[in-house]
Amino acid sequence: MGLALTSTVSLTGLVGNLIDVEVDISQGLPGFTLLGLPDAALSESKERVRAAITNSGESWSNRKVTVSLSPAWLPKSGSSFDLPIAIALLMAQGFLPNLIEPKTVFLGELSLDGSLRAVRGVLPAVLAAAKFGADRVMVPAANYLEAKCVPGIEVIAVSNLRDATSFLRTGVQEDFLIQSHPDPAVRSHLDLCDVAGQHIARNALEIAAIGGHHLFFIGPPGTGKTMLAERIPSILPPLSLSAILEVTAIHSVAGTLAQRDLLSALPPFVAPHHTTTSVAMIGGGSGAIKPGATSIAHEGVLFIDEAPECARGVLDSLRQPLESGSVTISRAIGSVTYPAKFLLVLAANPCPCGRFSGRGRGCTCSQQSIRRYLQRLSGPLLDRIDIRVFVEPPSRAEMASEELGESSEVVRERVTLAREVAALRFAGEAWNLNSQIPPGHLRKRYCARKSAMNFLHMELDKERLSARGFHKVLRVAWSLADSRGHTIPDESDVITAYQYREGMELFH
Amino acid sequence: MGRNQILGARGEDLVAVLLEGRGYQIIERNWRIKDGEIDLVAISDANILVFIEVKTRTSSAFGHPLEAITKEKAHRLQKLALAWLVLHHKWGNEYRIDCAAVTIPTGSDFEIDYREAVL
Repeated sequence: MGLALTSTVSLTGLVGNLIDVEVDISQGLPGFTLLGLPDAALSESKERVRAAITNSGESWSNRKVTVSLSPAWLPKSGSSFDLPIAIALLMAQGFLPNLIEPKTVFLGELSLDGSLRAVRGVLPAVLAAAKFGADRVMVPAANYLEAKCVPGIEVIAVSNLRDATSFLRTGVQEDFLIQSHPDPAVRSHLDLCDVAGQHIARNALEIAAIGGHHLFFIGPPGTGKTMLAERIPSILPPLSLSAILEVTAIHSVAGTLAQRDLLSALPPFVAPHHTTTSVAMIGGGSGAIKPGATSIAHEGVLFIDEAPECARGVLDSLRQPLESGSVTISRAIGSVTYPAKFLLVLAANPCPCGRFSGRGRGCTCSQQSIRRYLQRLSGPLLDRIDIRVFVEPPSRAEMASEELGESSEVVRERVTLAREVAALRFAGEAWNLNSQIPPGHLRKRYCARKSAMNFLHMELDKERLSARGFHKVLRVAWSLADSRGHTIPDESDVITAYQYREGMELFH
Repeated sequence: MGRNQILGARGEDLVAVLLEGRGYQIIERNWRIKDGEIDLVAISDANILVFIEVKTRTSSAFGHPLEAITKEKAHRLQKLALAWLVLHHKWGNEYRIDCAAVTIPTGSDFEIDYREAVL
């Protein structure tokens, strides 16, 4: 009786698959069959589509309707299939012209009154549509700006099914309300100048930003560990264009886009609570596999306060993303890889009571409980952290001083400059940050000056430095050299880097 | 007879007339056993046994008449058809089950939506 075909995109993680939505209307008892491994939300599509079609003044077919989503083997999820199904249904009944050219991809969830609701993951879906050669994409008006970020594809935004059908009949696009996002140029409102004193920690922050080194802050409560960590995005260089698209795509899939400026160049900051589960950290969930905190922090900062309080498995689950820069989550419905390249910042109290600092006055913890406390952090995880600093309470003078510290903008300029120097040096290598130099290269091409190397070898001899520690010190020394304008790290750089390993005694 | 029964009988009459016009021969009406009822049984012009379920409504305000045929009802219709074939020693005959939706609005013309071999 009628056959029609439309296209849409189904996401598996960030990867989009082009889906053909075929509708066949045949003689038989009235009924609606949806084929092609739909999940619960998608199975409910039938009722939404039916109500939306009748409430938009179109007629519903009282025939046997079969909708097939192909490829049939791919499990599909979500509500963005409503619009392509509705359009294909109307085409199959002959109420809409059967459209083959231009190749159009439809995305959108229908509400019962026929209006279109925003859906998650529009940016990666439109990217995929463009990749598969679609000429245009029809999206809900609320997703217009997000879809518009993708170059090389025409975006038709509609606010309801009626506008969608009238566009397909007449080619005239109705007006719609653009839901504006804040200005992407606006930078983080957090500024480093808010932090009083803390010169050592501030320097450590800058070096970490230059080399992409993971950080560990140890200090009593209330000294500014969280304040410092929150301000790291403000001193990191703005994201590159490809990174912006990737970060926005992840946030689009995670459904956290509203909390961020669209196409913001500001590196994201994510601070999961220490009671978080490893699924929330890495990603997962039933149905569609959603990105976790590590992926939401991609190209930005992942801050874990009170790290020793975390369940051990949760912290150790960070090891894969720290190693490979991505996480692969496998579930029954398939396997998904999300990018997860982030700067890890851990914060911890020095002891369970939190008052062990300076001369340790007021601390009531036994030596043993202090040791046990920080030993909750596993060795392999700490191995990945290059910089470890004590954050002491600011002194009376620092608190009283009316002079503001350096602003984020000044620091960011220095960081950007130092990163450019490093990028020039690493031209042609497989990495571009000091923290990523492989150990073998650190001993050959990227070693420090002779006198500095002698210092490290002496420390090795005295067994105050392990082989692993040796490499870490050298990496940090490169970042220090970049920030100080040295072409090769000298003895002073290496000694400072050596000092960024504070609190070692607490771990042994 | 209640109002709905009268309406149903009218619908069946209309369908019977339609089928006779197509050259069908109506051989049984309202065949009833304890499991249920077959509205019409006919022999088509191509000599096929046809069992017909007729649904009659005055409007489609409560959905299309044929939407009233649920999976369970469809299953029962199939069982009834087989029972008819067995009881009439026509086992092995070619047969099909059709459905007809009759809409008889008050004050205007009726409408028949006839669908062949739907089950």
